[in-house]
Amino acid sequence: MGWFLRTFNYSIGKKLLMAITGLFLILFLCIHLFGNTFLYFGRDAFNNYVHILNETDLVYIIRVIEIILVIGFALHIWDGLRLWLQNRKARPNKYYIKAVDPQSTWTSRNMIYSALIIFVFLVIHLRNFWYEFKYGSIKETGATDYDIVVKTFQEPIYMIFYLISMVFLFLHLHHGFQSAFQTLGLNHKKYTPFIVWLGRTIAFILAAGFASFPIYFFFFYGGN
Amino acid sequence: MALESKIPSGPIQEKWTNHKFNLKLVSPANKRKFEIIVVGTGLAGASAAASLAELGYNVTVLTFHDSPRRAHSIAAQGGINAAKNYPNDGDSIYRLFYDTLKGGDYRAREANVYRLAEVSNNIIDQCVAQGVPFAREYGGLLDNRSFGGAQLSRTFYARGQTGQQLLLGAYSALSRQVGLGKIKLYTRREMLGLVVIDGMARGVVARNLITGELERYSGHAVVLATGGYSRVFYLSTNAMNCNATAIWRAHKKGAFFGNPCFTQIHPTCLPLHHDQQSKLTLMSESLRNDGRVWVPKQKGDKRPPNQIPESERDYYLERIYPAYGNLTPRDIASRAAKRMCDEGYGVGETGQAVYLDFSDAIQRLGRKVIEERYGNLFQMYEMITGDNPYEVPMKIYPAPHYTMGGLWVDYNLMSTIPGLYVIGEANFSDHGANRLGASALMQGLADGYFILPYTIGDYLASQKFIPVKTDHEEFVKEENAQRDLIKRLKSINGKRTVDDIHRELGRIMWNYVGMSRNAEGLQKAIQMIREIREEFWRNVKIPGNDMDLNQTLERAGRLADFLELGELMAIDALHRNESCGGHFREEYQTEDGEAKRDDENYAYVAAWEFKDVGDWVLHKEPLVFEYVKPSTRSYK
Amino acid sequence: MSSKKLNLTLKVWRQAGPDAKGEFKTYYAKNISTDASFLEMLDIVNEELEAKGEEPIVYEHDCREGICGTCGMVINGRPHGPLQGITTCQLHMRHFKDGDVIYIEPFRAKAFPVIKDLVVDRSAFDKIIQAGGFISVNTGSAPEANSIPVKRENAELAMDAAACIGCGACVAACPNASAMLFVSAKVSQFALLPQGLPEREIRVQKMVAKMDELGFGNCSNIGACEAECPKEIKITNIARLNREFYRARFLSNVED
Repeated sequence: MGWFLRTFNYSIGKKLLMAITGLFLILFLCIHLFGNTFLYFGRDAFNNYVHILNETDLVYIIRVIEIILVIGFALHIWDGLRLWLQNRKARPNKYYIKAVDPQSTWTSRNMIYSALIIFVFLVIHLRNFWYEFKYGSIKETGATDYDIVVKTFQEPIYMIFYLISMVFLFLHLHHGFQSAFQTLGLNHKKYTPFIVWLGRTIAFILAAGFASFPIYFFFFYGGN
Repeated sequence: MALESKIPSGPIQEKWTNHKFNLKLVSPANKRKFEIIVVGTGLAGASAAASLAELGYNVTVLTFHDSPRRAHSIAAQGGINAAKNYPNDGDSIYRLFYDTLKGGDYRAREANVYRLAEVSNNIIDQCVAQGVPFAREYGGLLDNRSFGGAQLSRTFYARGQTGQQLLLGAYSALSRQVGLGKIKLYTRREMLGLVVIDGMARGVVARNLITGELERYSGHAVVLATGGYSRVFYLSTNAMNCNATAIWRAHKKGAFFGNPCFTQIHPTCLPLHHDQQSKLTLMSESLRNDGRVWVPKQKGDKRPPNQIPESERDYYLERIYPAYGNLTPRDIASRAAKRMCDEGYGVGETGQAVYLDFSDAIQRLGRKVIEERYGNLFQMYEMITGDNPYEVPMKIYPAPHYTMGGLWVDYNLMSTIPGLYVIGEANFSDHGANRLGASALMQGLADGYFILPYTIGDYLASQKFIPVKTDHEEFVKEENAQRDLIKRLKSINGKRTVDDIHRELGRIMWNYVGMSRNAEGLQKAIQMIREIREEFWRNVKIPGNDMDLNQTLERAGRLADFLELGELMAIDALHRNESCGGHFREEYQTEDGEAKRDDENYAYVAAWEFKDVGDWVLHKEPLVFEYVKPSTRSYK
Repeated sequence: MSSKKLNLTLKVWRQAGPDAKGEFKTYYAKNISTDASFLEMLDIVNEELEAKGEEPIVYEHDCREGICGTCGMVINGRPHGPLQGITTCQLHMRHFKDGDVIYIEPFRAKAFPVIKDLVVDRSAFDKIIQAGGFISVNTGSAPEANSIPVKRENAELAMDAAACIGCGACVAACPNASAMLFVSAKVSQFALLPQGLPEREIRVQKMVAKMDELGFGNCSNIGACEAECPKEIKITNIARLNREFYRARFLSNVED
């Protein structure tokens, strides 16, 4: 087992951890987006979906997945911070003139910043939804999970913050998805263009998909 | 002192084999008691250091570069010859031997050249095993191409970067031994002095180029693999830091200098195109396969080449050498270009260039074919000159790029100082008066991988060594001498820069000791070199501190040596009253301007003994040709 | 192409030693031919400094043909200057305009400490090679060269990777100062050839461990290295390096 853990002390091992957790989190986002589409089918549909997840026998599996998810997030964040700090240390004296080569993307060079915004978003997001669903005082007034979502999305500041965050989610995944494949060693002249396209498409679908909810509930939702 | 070439007796095919058997061996347990110092990490130095360490010797390696991988062998483009006969076109060791000896215009030792051809095949095996990515056929086997001076395909290549790949192979072998602790590698160290104790080479004094400190290294034998001295011409295809200092300092300690005037001028180089140019760039000789060389028929014609009609062009190589045309050998093509320019037909801003025109080939074969054949070269040309050779003819001019001369060594590669071995371009041995293409890589690796490791053991096994440490008085003396020299250089504090004086030396060497020479010019050159040498010691200016990284000081030390070597080159060229290979004396030519060799009087190696600056004694090693009878080369 | 003359302002990083504080100093390059190379332009500036008795700008260079890998500086923020696929010595002044201000800095990375002015210590690359960048074959023990056929495509890919000149521009360009492109080029060359296979697992592990130890950053698949590599070595080699590493870690008996 020692050899296994030591693998992740090598720079490539650290990157492997980033890639695996990253892809896992993208998978989670896909499922999350799928679940959220119940919002478009009205209060009952969504509440029923939340009910199935939390109050049937499925709950045991969900708890386990939640734990894995928390570990996934934690590893991704911890590993990312570790890499970022090491990378900073690898160049103690910065260049005075900053110029950019014509090939590399802005998104790839600024993963830490998109990550930071996504992290802030994650904290607020958990506070607004996960915490409110479970422990929120609003529940005592008889509001359902659906009502919480609608109410939150109708706050202009939150709505704008949410949209901005989705832009950064797109940017993060724009590089992240293909980067994970490169880290896994999967770079092939026949398939890589497709992976790049797929990654950017998934990034767009996820970001746009999530962004559609606050837009819908803020601009187009007429109540019930 | 008589020169002993130590060529073994017996038939040429058996000389090396018998010699190897007769050499004394050092037992494995004793090998680790010996310390060998290798200076230089090019093909010869790196391969020797690695092979010696593999045998069990302790090796100390010095290089002035920041990494062993930077040595100038890396810039060799074309390929490496070997007598594998893979193409089934009739090659053999004997034929490679014959071609090389003839290519050298019969001024090399038969036994050495035969041995070179003999081990050529082992080199290819070794390099392939090291992971050198030679070009291959679709069937997975090694590809060959043809090269100048041979009528068959025996050249192995790795794109246009054969030297790089072979050097990286030797560098990786060396690095492996560094990792194993058998080689102690000292980078950024420039050898300045040789330490001779009881008549034997026992160490070197080197300058740490970062701190400026002088350091002492002791050993049982010293191997110099420090390359050639084309930079004496200032402008050459050699790297900027190539220099003669190590061999010259050894020469001044008693190692004879062999055939210093044998230098090769390569015909297809980019011409000088502005007055502050620092070096010249070689373009592969293969371009002459499809390019036609010409100058305007009218002197000083300044029209752009495309406006000069066909009838007003002189395709002079095709005119003078109809049989070989544009594919005449290097020395002949070089001299013809110089003659045209000297007579006022040269083109370009400086008038020191001729056209190499591809328009006929492009018309005949189409642009695509030319692109496939020479695309990377055309690109390189455009990058440097800004001209597009698909539309405008290339401008080319000959440039110094290899020195066949070097320290004299015997069959064992040992110089006239016992325990001092000289390998690769630094020695004089295998190329005679002219080197064939793709032979330099072969010689460097032959010396390092397959010859020196055998012969050095014989020396080590047969000597009684007194223990020598670096506090020995000779080390102290040598270090002090080098320190004094540096102080002296620093204290001149004159008005002229090092490069300014180097350029002046270069002009003298190029004009009088270059592609064609005559007695009057050589005598003049000797006088001029003496004057510029005096000027250097009176008027050079070296800013900065000597106990620091000081590149001006490094260059000044090297120039001081070139200023002495230049004179010896002129003296050697003056004494050799014949024309052979790269050495062309205008007084000794046939009626139609070809080189006239004098086998009766000059079939010998000129080995010069240093007495004092400006004072050398000539020793002759006669060359005996038992197998190949010297004949006249004709290309008409 | 006719040559013109340029007058330029240079802001050059001067640093007396590894621990000294560096700063930009201003120099004027006058009357520079557009045919001159960038390094020749610096030569001219240096010769003027020498004539005045001032210490010239210290920079490294050797072959001036783009193959030895000695030269390397950051010109206006780009390793080896504004063009792609060339070394500093291959950059010519015709790519600059009269009156340009040019900033020149050394390569900057923890693993490449500055020695003086624009000269950095790249011996870390040698140490990586010494750790495993070789095939262990003693002189004389090699089999007949044609006894092992090599697929032509692999030989070509190996050559693409082997073209690395070890200049360090990849490290200089990488925002993380990672040496992955350099390491991957050597690992790939040997992984693609049958001669390199017996040691493939131990080699990759040792080289990566050494790379990590020497203080290079981690690869984050940005691709700046590929963009600035004068030999245009591809990051597909880094993917291969990753595969080789996983193979060594997960599929072989090699221990660390």
